[in-house]
Amino acid sequence: MNKRTITLRVNGAEHAGEAEPRKLLSDFIRDDLGLTGTHVGCEHGVCGACTVFVNGDPVRSCLMFAVQADGAEIDTVEGLAPDADTLHPLQEKFHERHGLQCGFCTPGILLTARALLRENRDPSDTEIREWLSGNLCRCTGYVNIVTAIREAAKEMSRR
Amino acid sequence: MAYIGSNVKRREDLPLLRGIGKYVGDIRRPGMVHAAILRSTRAHARLVAIDATAALALPGVVGVLTAADMPGLKTIPMRTGIMEGLKRSQQTPIATERVRYVGDPVAVVVAQDRYIAEDALELVEVVYKDLPAVTDARAAMAADAPRLHEEVPGNVPADFEVDTGDVERAFAECDLIIEETFETQRHAAVPLETRGLVAEYDEVRDVLTMWGPTKMTHTNWRILSELSGLPQSAIHFIEPAVGGGFGARGEFYPEDFLVPFAAMHFRRPVCWIEDRSENLKAMNQSREQSYRVRLGLRQDGTILAMDAEILFNMGGYTRTHGGLPVMASSAMLRGPLRIKNYHCHACCVLTNKTPVGTYRSPGRYEANFVRERLLDMAARRLGLDPAELRRRNLIRPEEMPYDHGKHPFHYMVYDSGDLPGQLEAALGHMGYEELRQRCDAARAEGRAMGVGIGCFVETSGIGPWEYARVEVGNNGGVVLYSGVNSVGQGIATALSQIVADEMCVSIDDVRVVHGDTAKVPFGNGSNASRCTVMGGSAAVGACRKVKDKLLMLAAAELEIDAGDLVLEDGRISVRGAPERSLDFAALARLALPGPALAKGLTPGISEEDFFATDKRPFPYGVHMVAVEVDRETGMIEILDYLVMEDIGRKVNPMIVEGQMAGGLAQGIGGALLEEFVYDEDGQPQATSFMDYLMPTAMDVPPGRFISTEDFPSPNNPLGVKGAGEGGITAAGAALANAVSDALGVEVTRLPLKPGYLLELMDAAEQS
Repeated sequence: MNKRTITLRVNGAEHAGEAEPRKLLSDFIRDDLGLTGTHVGCEHGVCGACTVFVNGDPVRSCLMFAVQADGAEIDTVEGLAPDADTLHPLQEKFHERHGLQCGFCTPGILLTARALLRENRDPSDTEIREWLSGNLCRCTGYVNIVTAIREAAKEMSRR
Repeated sequence: MAYIGSNVKRREDLPLLRGIGKYVGDIRRPGMVHAAILRSTRAHARLVAIDATAALALPGVVGVLTAADMPGLKTIPMRTGIMEGLKRSQQTPIATERVRYVGDPVAVVVAQDRYIAEDALELVEVVYKDLPAVTDARAAMAADAPRLHEEVPGNVPADFEVDTGDVERAFAECDLIIEETFETQRHAAVPLETRGLVAEYDEVRDVLTMWGPTKMTHTNWRILSELSGLPQSAIHFIEPAVGGGFGARGEFYPEDFLVPFAAMHFRRPVCWIEDRSENLKAMNQSREQSYRVRLGLRQDGTILAMDAEILFNMGGYTRTHGGLPVMASSAMLRGPLRIKNYHCHACCVLTNKTPVGTYRSPGRYEANFVRERLLDMAARRLGLDPAELRRRNLIRPEEMPYDHGKHPFHYMVYDSGDLPGQLEAALGHMGYEELRQRCDAARAEGRAMGVGIGCFVETSGIGPWEYARVEVGNNGGVVLYSGVNSVGQGIATALSQIVADEMCVSIDDVRVVHGDTAKVPFGNGSNASRCTVMGGSAAVGACRKVKDKLLMLAAAELEIDAGDLVLEDGRISVRGAPERSLDFAALARLALPGPALAKGLTPGISEEDFFATDKRPFPYGVHMVAVEVDRETGMIEILDYLVMEDIGRKVNPMIVEGQMAGGLAQGIGGALLEEFVYDEDGQPQATSFMDYLMPTAMDVPPGRFISTEDFPSPNNPLGVKGAGEGGITAAGAALANAVSDALGVEVTRLPLKPGYLLELMDAAEQS
């Protein structure tokens, strides 16, 4: 199948690559860009593990073709922390409050939570749970994820 | 120092949070190609012909493998739950003449990338001759049912009985006998990461390397050696990060043979990552059991006897767990109750569905549902409060250790605990009396509110042994090499806490190595809530030997009796003269072959230990839940949920309570949502997350989780009981009781889907 050249800005850096029109954005990010923090849990848009930001909005990268993202700004979990030695407050609180076990859903949940906190700096637990309802976690029962997000919101408001 | 008992933050977290954790799907090898598995679309059929010509012609296809390419195929052996009869229905890694469930592997396509491999799957032509399929266990036992395996008449490859006391005599003395049938539905672990493997054969070194999740690395290592003919020394397993296990992950599956076979056949590294649709058809399913039970009581509520028949729907083949789930059900159906007269007949039944294995709290989730439902039915008939009926029958602390009597496959001596005390505590935390009044008040207003109790005893810490080696490295750091595995639960953190305490060092000076057969020679892996119990105990044993060695080295160097030395803060010093001391790095230098041999000592600071026992610790506890059911829609709202569990001793309370919360969410999923529906021809109807519904953050209540350490286990040096399964085990039981209470009906099957509840309400209205 014919490949097309696409250019993306990923976590602030320019990337160019070639992709068949049928190639999923999730596969392009993982296989062509080598950013394997974006996980694929269902490939049909239910589990939310593959969530990335496309031009600032959270998107399921398994439901989008890479060619559709040509020219877009993409942010993945690898770009969440400000640098290699510092964590984002969400990552800090997930660590402190045991908001992850196997960690497979975590990248998608972190980015989904990041999007929530951009819209709502002080979400209630109910609002957090509603916002997370498109992300499956099989390990934690969500309890500590909700706590971590609530505390990260407080921390981010404080800073 | 006491790291044990404190909420040490997990060492596993940081790479996972940064997105740099390496799961199997993240592994890239030079020249790696991708496998996809062609699976049967028929539930039961003869394989007439497979034609791969068109697939092979597709550019980018490396090759196609079928059973014809694999002469001398052996079946995958059971590793546990073994009964001789079950061997007759073991699965070959690829179908040879017949397929027995939708999802049975038929061919393996290897291509340059996954997209091409999937294109090629569609080009492989398979000619099937359909055979009649059977999906229901009881129907499969009928004389005219289609036979799945020629060697297994009646589709029952094995059955067994448990018999203690004198059941029929006891029933004759009963005032009330409840006779009922129950069913638990087929659902499964469904970890968020699907299965996957990368296999690479290095011809020069003659080593086959396998990357992938293996909850029992060393067992899979042995099985692959047996099936492939390669010696274990030529196979190297490496376990990467694992996206959840819950019993189903990492068993030896057909693909665990097919992927390395393909890698050796094509002489290329081969990657196989299961897609979700395959996962919902091919990974072990669980929980499908049918019960016919009689429970006999005296008028005062004393239970005298129980008799049960359990049909265990195994799907199309025996897998690695053999009959384990139904062995556990038959053993733990009595759970926390004193039932001296007990009989159980358990039948393993083959059907044309996906084969089964364990799922977190295997067999117990089902049995707890049945027993706790029976208790509430009996309480209603006797006019007793459900809590009161339990009080009268729970095993009392003075009866511990409590021996349930001989079981053909299961260790049955409860080690320690106060079950009635735990129930009272839970009733207090829940505000039970007040909750009952609230339910009455709600009902007076026409609202269906109810409360449910599920008491349980769990099994944990299965033996028979676990391995550990502890060494002090050149920098003075302590390294634990453990035979247990990570499935995402945080075992490296818990083990590092145990080792740091035992060795009197900072936790930052402890490394934990596991899941690598080149570094750890033996192990029994991660299952049955055993890692902390067995792996932790083995680590303690190895640490103690290392401490002896350190003292010996220091005594020789300082020319003092070892009895005058003390170990604190990572140093050994002379008692009363702390300036005369040696740190671990200095001791490691003294243990180098040169200086050690000169002093007549064995070089190195490295000691192995096996912790061996058949005695398991039995954690115990209570689930209690309040619900309101919408009588119009049959929808259930969980108002409050409490899980209490005594686990003897908590190594990391944060991790323990995380296990409880995670288990509960899965338990709620199994009680309310999750079900593998098959049509009558054996076609699976839940092959995506649109149809297989797992609980979201909106479906799971915040919950209250209380873990206690009132009764340390006498069966291991740490006093721990496994904490992985208490959160899930009585969720079906408690929710079914609460819903029955709310609606004034008797639930006899799971899941509690709205349609079923509406049926029950209609039936209640009509009678």
